This record gives sequence, C-alpha cells and structure tokens, in this order.
Amino acid sequence: MSGVFSANRAKISERTLRTDRWWLQPAFIVLVLSSFIVYATFRAFENDNYFSGANSLISPFYSPCLSKACVEGASMVGTPIGILHIFGATVSPSLFILLFPLGFRLTCYYYRKGYYRSFWMSPPACAVAEPHKTYTGETRAPLILQNSHRYFFFAGLVLNVFLTIDAVLAFRRPDSSGQMHWGHVSVGSLVLLANATFLWLYSLSCHTCRHTIGGRLRNFSKHPVRYRAWTYVSILNHKHQNFAWISLFGVAFADFYVRLVSSGSISNFFFF
Amino acid sequence: MTSIERHEYDVIVIGAGGAGLRAAVEAREANLRVAIICKSLFGKAHTVMAEGGAAASMGNVNEKDNWQVHFRDTMRGGKFLNHYRMAELHAKESPDRIWELETWGALFDRTKEGKISQRNFGGHEYPRLAHVGDRTGLELIRTMQQKIVALQQEDGKKFGSMEANIKVFAELTVTEILKEQGQIAGVYGYWRESGAEVLFEAPTVIIATGGVGKTFKITSNSWEGTGDGHALALKAGANLVDMEFLQFHPTGMVWPPSVRGILVTESVRGEGGVLTNDKYADNEAEADRWYLDQDNNRRPPELLPRDEVARAINSEVKAGRGTEHGGVFLDVSKRLSAEVIKKRLPSMWHQFFELAGVDITKEAMEVGPTCHYVMGGVEVEPDTAAAVGVPGLFAAGEVAGGMHGSNRLGGNSLSDLLVFGRRAGIGASEYAKKANRIPVRESSIKAASERIEAPFSRVGGENSYSLHAELQEITHNLVGIVRTGAELKEAIERIAEIRKRSANVSVSGGRHFNPGFHLAFDLDNMLLVAESTAKSAILREESRGGHTRDDFPGMNSKWRQINHISSFDGSKVNVRAQALPAIPKELYDLFDVHELEKYLTADEIAKGGSK
Amino acid sequence: MARNLNMRIWRGNATDGGLENVVVEANEGEVVLDVIHRVQATQMGDLAVRWNCKAGKCGSCSMEINGRPRLACMTQISSFAEEETITVTPLRAFPVIKDLVTDVSFNYRKAMEVPAYAHPTNLAPGEARMEQVDVERSQEFRKCIECFLCQDTCHVIRDHEENKKSFAGPRFFIRIAELDMHPLDTLRNRKQTAQTEHGLGMCNITKCCSEVCPEHIRITDNAIIPMKERVVDVKYDPLAWLGSKIFKREGIV
Ligand SMILES: Cc1cc2nc3c(=O)[nH]c(=O)nc-3n(C[C@H](O)[C@H](O)[C@H](O)COP(=O)(O)OP(=O)(O)OC[C@H]3O[C@@H](n4cnc5c(N)ncnc54)[C@H](O)[C@@H]3O)c2cc1C
Ligand code: SF4
Ligand code: SF4
Ligand code: FES
Ligand code: FES
Repeated sequence: MSGVFSANRAKISERTLRTDRWWLQPAFIVLVLSSFIVYATFRAFENDNYFSGANSLISPFYSPCLSKACVEGASMVGTPIGILHIFGATVSPSLFILLFPLGFRLTCYYYRKGYYRSFWMSPPACAVAEPHKTYTGETRAPLILQNSHRYFFFAGLVLNVFLTIDAVLAFRRPDSSGQMHWGHVSVGSLVLLANATFLWLYSLSCHTCRHTIGGRLRNFSKHPVRYRAWTYVSILNHKHQNFAWISLFGVAFADFYVRLVSSGSISNFFFF
Repeated sequence: MTSIERHEYDVIVIGAGGAGLRAAVEAREANLRVAIICKSLFGKAHTVMAEGGAAASMGNVNEKDNWQVHFRDTMRGGKFLNHYRMAELHAKESPDRIWELETWGALFDRTKEGKISQRNFGGHEYPRLAHVGDRTGLELIRTMQQKIVALQQEDGKKFGSMEANIKVFAELTVTEILKEQGQIAGVYGYWRESGAEVLFEAPTVIIATGGVGKTFKITSNSWEGTGDGHALALKAGANLVDMEFLQFHPTGMVWPPSVRGILVTESVRGEGGVLTNDKYADNEAEADRWYLDQDNNRRPPELLPRDEVARAINSEVKAGRGTEHGGVFLDVSKRLSAEVIKKRLPSMWHQFFELAGVDITKEAMEVGPTCHYVMGGVEVEPDTAAAVGVPGLFAAGEVAGGMHGSNRLGGNSLSDLLVFGRRAGIGASEYAKKANRIPVRESSIKAASERIEAPFSRVGGENSYSLHAELQEITHNLVGIVRTGAELKEAIERIAEIRKRSANVSVSGGRHFNPGFHLAFDLDNMLLVAESTAKSAILREESRGGHTRDDFPGMNSKWRQINHISSFDGSKVNVRAQALPAIPKELYDLFDVHELEKYLTADEIAKGGSK
Repeated sequence: MARNLNMRIWRGNATDGGLENVVVEANEGEVVLDVIHRVQATQMGDLAVRWNCKAGKCGSCSMEINGRPRLACMTQISSFAEEETITVTPLRAFPVIKDLVTDVSFNYRKAMEVPAYAHPTNLAPGEARMEQVDVERSQEFRKCIECFLCQDTCHVIRDHEENKKSFAGPRFFIRIAELDMHPLDTLRNRKQTAQTEHGLGMCNITKCCSEVCPEHIRITDNAIIPMKERVVDVKYDPLAWLGSKIFKREGIV
C-alpha cells in the first residue's frame, strides 16, 4: 500500500473525502479534447475543402500550404515540398504544418495540466488519489521532451504571422473579371481575423513568452523596457488557460467555416 | 526510575520567536552548542503575527531621524518609566540589527533610492518602521529561521551533521528551570507529541518565551502566550519588574465572536483609517475628537500612542456610544481607494474578508480593545540581558521587562527582540564559556518528573479548561483596561482561590498529544502572572501608560521613580518597590526641560540628571 | 444564532483510527477551528489539534476539511450548507501522530536541503540597494506561512511515498525561485540543482498546490514554471546555453 494508504498515514479507506463533483472537470476536458482531436484528424487527412479562392479564405489547418499537392492558389510562399504518397494516398499538406501547433499545444504548460489530470489522471483532481503505482513526472523520456516547448513557441509565432496574413488577405473580393479589390469585409474575413487574434493572445500569454520577454532577468530595474513588456505579458499570462481554450475553438471554427464555404455548403456573406 | 531523554548543551534558548532565534544565532556564532526549545512548530511563534514593522532610526525616509529622536520617543511612550539604558541601547542598535537581517536574506519594502522603506507609526516622530507589507513579523521569523538553517548547513559541511551544534526542539514544553548550588544547571520539559520527559543540562538558559495575553479573555495573543517564561523565571528565583503594565491594543476585532481579540494593525490608522461610531456623523473631525490632545495637535490624530486611543474607545463604549457588539467602527474605505487598501494592507483585507466576511474596501470594521502586550517582565541587566539574581539565566524579548516602561510604542517590540536577543546571546555565551558546569542531581529530576505526572494521578479533580475560563473572566473584569483598588483586591483573593483549586487539576486521556494536559501546566503559569499583575497594580496608585486606575486618574511624578519588583517565595508572589535608576546627564539633556517637567519631580529636575 | 452542526472527526494514532460522529453547537461567524475547540472543551478533552494565531498567519491549523486541504481557522462554517456534515481529517500526505495532528518533519528536512541565501561578500550591512520592482517577485514567495497545504496536496508525494526522498515539493520550489530571483543572491547553481537535487522535474504542473495555497501565492505560474524555464535555459536549450557562454552572464537572451 502506498500513497494515502501508506501504513503510517491516517487510516481512511476512501481515496478522497471530497464531497463536490470533482470528476466533472476532467470528464469535460476529456470530452472536449477528444472531439477536437477526432475532428482535427479527420480534417487533416481530408485534403480537400480548405481553400476558397473566390472568397480569399484558407483554413488555418492548411496554411501556409507548402506542398506541391496544394490546390491552385492556396500556397502563399511557394511549395518547397513535393508530393508524397504513403500507401498510394497523397499526404495531406496539412500534416506538414499541423505538426507545429500540435507540438506547441502538446507541450503547453496549460494543456499539460489539462491532459495530465484528465487523460492520465495524475492526479484526477486535487486531493484525489491517483491510480498509478509509480510516478516520475517529467524527468524521463518521453516527458522530458516537454522542455522543448520554447522551440514550438517560436514556430507558433511564425505560423501566427502566416495566419495573420491570411486574415488580411481575406479582406479582398474578386470582381467579375477575377481582379482582387481590397477593403471588403465578409463573415469569413472576420472569422479568420478573430482566429488570428486569439492565436496571438494564446502565444503572447504563453509562459515561455513571459520568460523570454523578461522573466529570466534577475534585475528588472536594469531593463525597464523588458520589465514593462513582462508586466503586460504577465497580465495576459494570467488568462492563458482561457486563451488556450478560446483559440482552440477559434481554430476549429475557422476551419469549419472555410470547409463549409469551400465545399459550397454555404456562401460567404459579404457585408460590403 | 524510568530512563529519560537527556541532552547536554552550552546554551539553551527557550522560545523560537524573534528574541529566541536572534539569541541562538549569536550563541552559535560564538561557537557554542545551542538548543532552541519551543512549544509549537519551528517558525510559528507569536512573532509571525506582528504586522506593522520594526522601529529603527535608519533615516531612510526622513534623514532627520537618528537614535536620539528614537530614544526620546521611546521614553515618552513609556512615560519615562523605561530603564534608560535599555531604551538607549535599543535606539542605538536597532538600525544595525535591521540591516543585518538583510544580509541574511530579508526583503523589506524599498524606497525609491532602493533603501529599506520606513513607515509612520503611533508615537514615532518620523517614519521609522521597516516593514514588508503588513507581514513584518513573518519576515523576521522566516529570515532568522533560515539563518539558523544556514548555520546548520555550515555545521553540516564542517562536522558532517547539520544538527550537531544547533538544534531546534519543536513542540516541547519546558516545565522547570533547574538550578544547582544557586546557579543554572538546565531545564526540564516534555514532548507535546508523546508526553515523554526530557532533561537538558546546560550552564546557561535564555528565556525568550514572549507574552502573557492568554491570561485575559480578549487577547491578540495565541495559546502560547501563557506567561511561561515569566513564571519559570519567578520560580527560578528571578524577579519580574512592573507587571502592572499591560498594553491593551485599541483596535482588536470584536465581531464576529470567533475572531474576538484578533488585531487590526495600527498601520490601518497610520495609512489613514478613520475611526467612526454609530452616533456621530461619519466625518473625520467628529471621529478625531476622541483623542484630541492639545500637546499633540501637530500629528495626525490616528497616530497618537495607542493607550490613549484605547482609553478613548473604552470611554466611548462605556458612555453608550459604541456599536452593538461593544466596539467602534474603523473605516479605511473613506480615505483610500480599494486598490490602495489591497496593496498597502493586503493581509488585513484578507483577514477581514475571510474571517468576518467584511470587505474593508467598502465598509467599516468593528473594533475594540484587546490585550496585546506585556511591558512588565524579567528584571535584567540591560547590557547583558542577564536576569538579576540568578547566575546563568538570561531573558530577552517580550518576557524581559524595563525596556518599554509603562507603554510600548508600536514597532519597538520587533527591534527590541533583535537588539536584546543578540545581547542575550552574547551575554549567555560569555557566561557559558567561563561557567563551571554542575550536573543536575537525580533528586531534582525526580521532583520535576513527579510534577509532570501529578495531574494524571488525580481523578475527578478540577478541569483545566474551566479554571482557565474562570481566571480569564476575573482578569478581564477586575485587572483589565481600567482598574480600581477594590476590584484588584477582589481579584487577588479570587486568583489565590483558583490557585488552590488548580493544585487539584486532573486530566483525562493519556500523555500522547493531550491538550488538556498541556493546559494544566500553562494554567499554573498564568495564575502566577495574574497574581503578580494584580499585586503590582494594587500598589501603583496612579494611572500611567498601560495601567489605568479609576480611583487614581492622572500621572504622579513620585510614582515614576518606582519599579515594582515581584518575587516568588514558593507559595505566593510578593511585590516590593524599588527605585528606578536615574537618567544620566547626557541622556537627560536630550530633552526639553519643559517636557521633563511633565514626568519628573521638581527635585529630579533640579539635579538635572545623574552624572 | 447557534445551531447544531454534524461533524465527523478523525480520531486515532499511527496504528489505528477512524471517523467519529459528533454534534456540536456552532454560532454565527464561526470557523471550523472554533467548533473543534468547542468539541475539545466539552466532549473530547484530549482531542489533538494544532493552532496558534487563529488568523491565517501562522499556518499551524492545516487539516483536510471535506477532503480538501485547508486552514481550519480560515474555513467559515457558513461556507457549508445547513444540513451538510463536515468531515475533518488530518493531512493525508504525512504520517499521523494523533487525531488531527500529523508529523510534518518532512518539510523541515527539505528546508535544510535548500542552500541558504548567499549575500555578496563585498556588501556590508546597510549598503544593499534594491529596487522595489526587483524584490517584488521574491516577496510574493516570502508571504508563505509554511502551512504545508501545498506539500500535502501535491500528488507527487501524497500518492507516492517513495518520491519523498527526491522531491522537495512546491513550498521549496518557491523558496528556490525566491532565491534565484533575489537581486543580490550570489549562489549561481540554483537552476541546475533545482532539477538535479530537488526534483523540479517531478512536478507535472497540475497546479493543486496553487489551488490550496491560503496566501494565494501563484506557486505554479510564478515559481515552478519560471524555474522550469530557467532550467531549460541552463540544461536543455543549446541556444540559450550558448548565449550565456558567449555573453558570460545569465539571462541575456
Ligand atoms: C497581532 C500582533 C501584532 C504585533 N505587531 C507588532 C508590530 O507591528 N511591531 C512590533 O514591534 N511588535 C508587534 N507585536 C508584538 C511582538 O510581535 C511580540 O511582542 C514579539 O513577537 C514577542 O516575541 P518574542 O520573541 O519575545 O516571543 P514570541 O514570538 O511570543 O515567542 C515565544 C516563544 O517561546 C516559546 N515558549 C513559550 N513558552 C514555552 C515553554 N514553556 N517551553 C518552551 N517554549 C516556550 C514559544 O513556543 C515561542 O516559540 C505584535 C503582536 C501581536 C500579537
Ligand atoms: S503543480 Fe507540481 S508541485 Fe504543485 S501540486 Fe502539482 S505536481 Fe505538485
Ligand atoms: S506556499 Fe502556500 S500552501 Fe504552500 S506552505 Fe506556503 S502558504 Fe502554505
Ligand atoms: S503555450 Fe501554453 S505555456 Fe506556452
Ligand atoms: S491558527 Fe494560524 S493559520 Fe490557523
């Protein structure tokens, strides 16, 4: 017997005496994250319905589109990656970039808390005994790789730049001759803009960001500008959990919207 | 006889508050082997509760401040009953003691220039209190706790064992100071956890056991404040000086009942809190009327010495102008914005919100007088903190008397702990290095052990909880903030009665962590303290500082020349008058003669201080 | 208004024990510690409980109330529903001594393992100058009242006795962070030893420590994660490591 049932601890047979519904939160997180994973996997492999040239919309799951397999007009910075086939199927261009946000979120300090608690039940909730016999935390492979978070953070910043450009480009509308004109606003452009904003908030509120911008300093007073920046990032950081969820929903929704538009299920409404 | 746990040390420090820890550091740095004994866990001593700050004339905020000004303020606060030498040493040495803490890792709040910030406090002419938000006591304790760990780590490197030369014995109560051939030989006590008895042999003992608040019904002190050190010293043959002087803090929480007595830091008033009450308009002028003092009009009224504030509140309440729970309202929300309150008084906000459901940024707090500090204590030699009359015994901190006279200024206690804690450490070390050790006789051990066993061997005797409650009722009503001769007489008789009954206390349950058993011992100490206080109070026929006689209002310069010395003859406390040492010329000259006329007799003024 | 409160109090010692039912009077505005004291004074004279300040300042009265690690003196009775039974037990991460009192010596041992503050040898007392913005981070951690609730709730040791050897716990992670962020501390290997000696890597940032801290110290966000990032700087990130070698000082990037 170990943990709270160790011989020298107070003899109590329950693994927790909490009277609230402590299992609700982990259960909820399992549900939401699983749904997202299922949807994202489906979309990543779908390799279709991610771009609508007429509406200047591209799904955040597919941008920047780097593969020669990308549909006409979808790639912004060229297609350095050739077409790959695995078991005869074309590898979706989404996979080349989705790796980065995936790694970013997987190593994110907040998501770590979320999935360690809900999926791994380590611990399922505070003061609720966990089911595992042994525990080594993040000291060994693979979890020691969590320390790579900062690299994903920087990759995430690059992606944010692309998605921001995507959002800006969406404020165009082609005329009947196919000529693009600026200054138009559609639902889709707002969706991409919101998505990019949420992603920036998510990245800027990141703990690594907070550390890099000023947290690692010993003397703030010698670096007034970085200190100022650190205080702002700290304010955002306080809400990192919220931004993590909002941006997750944001990305999924943006993708879903683009899918609906590009598959022709709905048409993108232009305000002007 | 069963074998008991035994230890041998050079210096034993009873108490792990500010004074005890500071003394221990000094003794260890003098290369002696030191034991620190305390009743609760390490780092929990009463000192953690101090909020406002530690007074030291560093002059960081107002450079006109210096030790002379601090000395003057201290003497004025104590109404010149202070031992001048203690007040002098304290004023001179506090800045160094504060700075020293910084080298051990303390992080005080800062001024713009990066120095230690200092704040205003009642009775101090300049901003003088070094502070950390409103948790200065915690900072002090933690810093010294960590300094002790630092010393232990050094020992670990040098000797291979961290606890070889300085060790903390936490949750151990000392029940007796042992003497052989008229000098200190050790202490005896029991582990609170197991009830097992322990003998410590050492040529020197430093008492640093803090205060006596638990003798009273409403107090800011924790359960530890049972006057153990006062009683231990009395029984060991030392004297207590001026035990009639107790400080009732004017602003303790009075509602809800569960938080009765808990202190609202004086800095609430320092930061601009306004006292208001039901009947009067909520404006400051009205509120200030309570303690308008012609001599002190230059200072904001909230910053007057606390005894005056306490008495003013008491008379307001007695005159029927208090709140329904017998207090008055203290309001910070009037002058300060919510953010400022939360920033400057964070733990106060926290405390009221969580304990009483009161949001002090929006509403007033309900406050009233609470027993807070004892000025009286063990009579010591100022320079060495050696207890008068008992070779090898030392005392520092709240348990020592003389430093604060008839009333302590806020913030002077924390600095007192540091200054005299260190001095006690030095004094004890010097004594210990020369002392010849006398082993404790088996008969002494047997007697001490029998005393511990006694309450278990009785059945159906008195219950210590109810005796304690009775005692508190008596002290609160008869020896409290305002006293009369008749009431004190009654108190003395009734305390003696309880003392008789307490000899018959029995406890249920075993020795294993048994609070009923623990209280039985504390009770005995509180009874001695109460007796000493009542007997000193009945003699002093004047009102001064923390001693207010309804039948003798006003100060009388004749009484200023007198200390009341309590001693114990084995069955009762005896109190006698003793002349206060005269102030030497160079200190005397620090004052304006007109001011001195308020305190000294014409004869003393004519002499102009002793040479 | 007084009312009768149903309580279950754990009574026992290291070898045996269990929950006992009591009914006790509770008054308006009272906290759990008050009613425990009433039980002690009227029904169980030898009920063991630690407390000191009764004001949330000393961190003595730590226990578990309805399964949650809390300070008994800061838990108001009114925060529970009228008909609710309040269950109090000792801390479940530490060996029990008696009733509500546990052996918290683990924490004092760990405190001794964290190297003390090292003041610059060339700075005499009184010469130190530190700006408020530079001390504020460490001051947050020095608010700690050592209630050890964070240690109690931390699953690393609560659920795995064997980890006690190698894991200092959140209380001491904030201590290490406090010193590593102290503007004057001269010991420079705290980041490395946080990982190698004190088990920082065992923490999986699940934040239970932050949830229970009565001082609302943001243990995980402000101490543990920043320390983890600092550890990455010196141990896992080749670029940051290189930067520090080239510029010969910490925190350059
Ligand atoms: C709420 C509050 C706020 C305060 N604010 C301030 C302030 O702002 N500024 C200021 O200067 N002062 C303040 N004071 C006063 C000051 O805190 C105390 O006077 C001071 O802390 C006393 O310290 P000490 O070292 O003498 O004893 P304590 O800190 O009381 O420690 C006593 C020690 O002795 C031990 N002990 C007692 N009896 C025994 C025994 N029989 N056996 C073994 N060990 C024993 C205890 O366990 C404890 O460790 C405040 C006091 C209170 C209550
Ligand atoms: S965040 Fe880390 S230290 Fe805090 S409780 Fe969780 S595992 Fe323990
Ligand atoms: S960090 Fe908070 S929870 Fe942990 S010991 Fe300190 S005050 Fe208690
Ligand atoms: S993105 Fe969550 S911590 Fe970096
Ligand atoms: S008794 Fe001090 S924190 Fe509860």
